[in-house]
Amino acid sequence: MENLLKVTIDGKSIEVPPGTTILQAARQLGGNYPPAMCYYSSLKDTGGKCRVCLVKVAQTSETNPRPMPKLVASCLTRVEQGMVVENQSSPEVLEARNGVVEFLLINHPLDCPVCDQAGECDLQNLSYEHGTEGTRYEEQRREFNKIDIGPYVQLHMTRCILCYRCVYAAEQLTDSRVHGVLNRGDVSEISTYIQNAIDKDFSGNIIDVCPVGALTDKTYRFKQRVWFSKPFNAHRSCAKCSGQTIAWMKGDAIIRITARKNAFGEVEDFICNECRFEHKQLSDWTIEGPRDMGEDSVISANKYELPVISPAVNVDAKFVSE
Amino acid sequence: MKILLEHIDKPGIQSIDGYIKNGGYRSVEKALKQLSPDQLVEEVKTSGLRGRGGAGFPTGMKWSFLDKKSDKPKYLVCNADESEPGTFKDRYLMEHIPHLLIEGMIVSSFALTAKTSYIYVRGEMMYIIRILEKAIAEAYAKGYLGKNILGSGYDLDLYVQAGGGAYICGEETALLESLEGKRGNPRNKPPFPAVWGLYGCPTVVNNVETIAAVPWIVNNGGAAYAGIGIGKSTGTKLISACGNINKPGVYEIELGLPVEEFIYSETYCGGIANGRELKAVVAGGSSVPILPKNLILKTANQDARLMSYESLSDGGFISGTMLGSGGFIVFDDQSCIVRNLWNFTRFYHHESCGQCSPCREGTGWMEKVLHRIEHGHGKLTDIDLLVDVAKKIEGKTICPLGEAAAWPVASAIRHFRDEFEAHVRNPESCNARHLHFETAMSH
Amino acid sequence: MPFTSERLKQFEEIKKRYPEGRHKSALLPILHLVQEDHGWLPVAAMDEVAEVLDIKPIEVYEVATFYTMFHVKPVGKYVLEICRTGPCCLVGAENIIQYLKEKLNIEEGETTKDGLFTLKPVECLASCGTGPVLQIGPDYKYHEHLTIEKIDSLIDELRSKG
Ligand SMILES: Cc1cc2nc3c(=O)[nH]c(=O)nc-3n(C[C@H](O)[C@H](O)[C@H](O)COP(=O)(O)O)c2cc1C
Ligand code: SF4
Ligand code: FES
Ligand code: FES
Repeated sequence: MENLLKVTIDGKSIEVPPGTTILQAARQLGGNYPPAMCYYSSLKDTGGKCRVCLVKVAQTSETNPRPMPKLVASCLTRVEQGMVVENQSSPEVLEARNGVVEFLLINHPLDCPVCDQAGECDLQNLSYEHGTEGTRYEEQRREFNKIDIGPYVQLHMTRCILCYRCVYAAEQLTDSRVHGVLNRGDVSEISTYIQNAIDKDFSGNIIDVCPVGALTDKTYRFKQRVWFSKPFNAHRSCAKCSGQTIAWMKGDAIIRITARKNAFGEVEDFICNECRFEHKQLSDWTIEGPRDMGEDSVISANKYELPVISPAVNVDAKFVSE
Repeated sequence: MKILLEHIDKPGIQSIDGYIKNGGYRSVEKALKQLSPDQLVEEVKTSGLRGRGGAGFPTGMKWSFLDKKSDKPKYLVCNADESEPGTFKDRYLMEHIPHLLIEGMIVSSFALTAKTSYIYVRGEMMYIIRILEKAIAEAYAKGYLGKNILGSGYDLDLYVQAGGGAYICGEETALLESLEGKRGNPRNKPPFPAVWGLYGCPTVVNNVETIAAVPWIVNNGGAAYAGIGIGKSTGTKLISACGNINKPGVYEIELGLPVEEFIYSETYCGGIANGRELKAVVAGGSSVPILPKNLILKTANQDARLMSYESLSDGGFISGTMLGSGGFIVFDDQSCIVRNLWNFTRFYHHESCGQCSPCREGTGWMEKVLHRIEHGHGKLTDIDLLVDVAKKIEGKTICPLGEAAAWPVASAIRHFRDEFEAHVRNPESCNARHLHFETAMSH
Repeated sequence: MPFTSERLKQFEEIKKRYPEGRHKSALLPILHLVQEDHGWLPVAAMDEVAEVLDIKPIEVYEVATFYTMFHVKPVGKYVLEICRTGPCCLVGAENIIQYLKEKLNIEEGETTKDGLFTLKPVECLASCGTGPVLQIGPDYKYHEHLTIEKIDSLIDELRSKG
């Protein structure tokens, strides 16, 4: 057993193995852990970009009791023995975070009412908690045209927050990355540069890792507000991936397939394009039962009126009560 | 006292023969034959030499952080990206006395046990790249580079790398990314280059002028260098002076020279051009806080302000600034602080790499607000908005470009708020000579 | 548009500057040479560079669009890259840019109808003590201390060269 390191975050302590980041430790502690818009634990090299996870290190370590001079990205900063961290308890952190959220929103379109991602958008959730009403931004917002990148994915660049997740996902999950970040500064964009299609196997996962509605599933049948559809754990036997997915149903029709996400909003098991895009028949899947989306989700929190589901499906009735 | 530019006017100094005739390459003989790498690092520590790229970090200490125990190759990379507005000293040095840099690269690489080193030059200076390539070829031919240099058993290869046009590549980790053939996105730190630098190997990045000071230190000893200058600002510094002065140019000064003397003496800037009055100075490249006349000539305590790291930063950001890169920009009483700030902010907006949200979004926001104020569409509340946006960028970004963009805004408003208010209240009242030229916001 | 054998040899020479497996480092130097040949960076040429370096085409596009010296769209024969940054403006750069716009009858970023000139304001060229300043590729010679008269004779000279 390695020596565990003790870290205290907002007054609560936990022991973690060396190499653990502040964010990972905070997630283990539960409660109000820092948000993360760019870091993705299963994708190497992600993190450090969005800056919403900034925290204050009030004591660097047992042997070095000094605070760190600046706020640090909790997704990348590793825990040291005796480190003391302030997240929610630091007004400085909250102010910085509100600032970052404001920056993320100034060029983001205010089109939640027509965005497919509404209801499952990390930015929307974040701005609930850290945003202020209205905007101080009076300048023109950045805009791009919506484009189809291949048969499966639509890119709505105007909504992108340049988290780079989709780039790392394409690099690490597919055999050849064809899209990336072009240009620089605030005119940077996600693009294939030439009219290239993103249809390498496993490329569909870029949709799931996108924290906003910039990358969406073109095969999403009769586009729906998510809270009008109902998520079910489903699986099929697949040679390429685990086949463990969520089937989003409207009535007894599957309108979309996604990967399953954990409590931190990260995909548990990346799925192949065939499972995601090609199997939309109920008969393709074994439905395990309704997916618990967690308490915070609008999908389960009754923030919106849920439609009555007619489960003409071979599911166990006890799962379908709501 | 001249250390770097002592021989700059000697005939033929650009070529290796002329350079050697004036004592060039002696430090290579001495270092490789008489000193060990660790002794060299100690000598540089003793000299008190501080990084001349802007941050002023003690060079000997930086060298001692290099992870020499690692079994990976070590690299020395020279930062010749020189893109900070107001700064043109490295270009001058490389153009006129290229072998000084090559000589410095050889002894410094030896001190760091590097066997391959690179000089990363901004791509716009293509002619400088040709000059350096020629100088390097000459040094190879004379046996100062390559295998078994001067029979010492030490091998070194030295290459010049061209950038592609991006201020951010002056930031050392962006520079390393660029040298690896990638976009110039700065890395999150830690790990620092001393541990994880070029190709993931231990690396030191130093500015041209820093490296160029090393031969003198090797020849004359660190203690002799430490005896020049004032306090912890040892040695000499190249200052590139520009703006509304009579004699723009590159001057080597002994650190500790009074600012007033630098501006008004015939030896240096020769006073304000066209008989006008001094209004303000940006003393260390566009990123450092601007100071009005009274505070640049004297500190808040009424002491004479000196050209040194300590004196220029006396008073912190309330009444002080920084020596920075030595880019000394002088504004006369006809220049418009608001227009200049919009211009500088456009620069940072244009040069932000776009990776992290505060810098990507914040720099553009500030530019747009300043553009409005400068063009007569400002509101009084915009001024505090700018201060607040600058504050929300500062300290939140991956690299210091965020601060570099925020400090000019915060300081210009701190010291010249009335001018911003006047631009809002009565845009026509600005009689600065630039105002009638509309420069479109463009990218 | 395959590269000439001389260029290919040059590319191989450049690759030798870097350790084994790190030849992506050659990307920027190679792109400069390719731009010298074409005046800009057509997609087909970038794709060939990707092949030479055994990297993905998108890696080349990502880099080419990051750095301002690389033109990813066709440009005029002479790209006038003129500094627009503060210190140069203190000594009249804005007047010179304005004059160039009027003289060439183009806006910033545009190319003259004859395809000869593109006006491209750039940021500080480290020539602030000798401004206003502009440079023109592929040798990027600096034209310093610009005045209206100097601009006139420079444009005349380039026009007569064609
Ligand atoms: C945005 C930015 C631009 C920079 N540009 C330069 C530059 O052009 N030249 C330089 O030497 N250092 C530059 N620096 C500083 C480098 O990151 C680094 O500190 C320096 O090269 C270290 O060398 P030194 O210790 O010898 O000064 C820049 C830093 C930042 C944040
Ligand atoms: S498209 Fe989505 S995943 Fe990709 S960088 Fe933009 S916000 Fe991130
Ligand atoms: S999650 Fe840490 S910076 Fe984005
Ligand atoms: S400001 Fe024009 S060259 Fe520096």
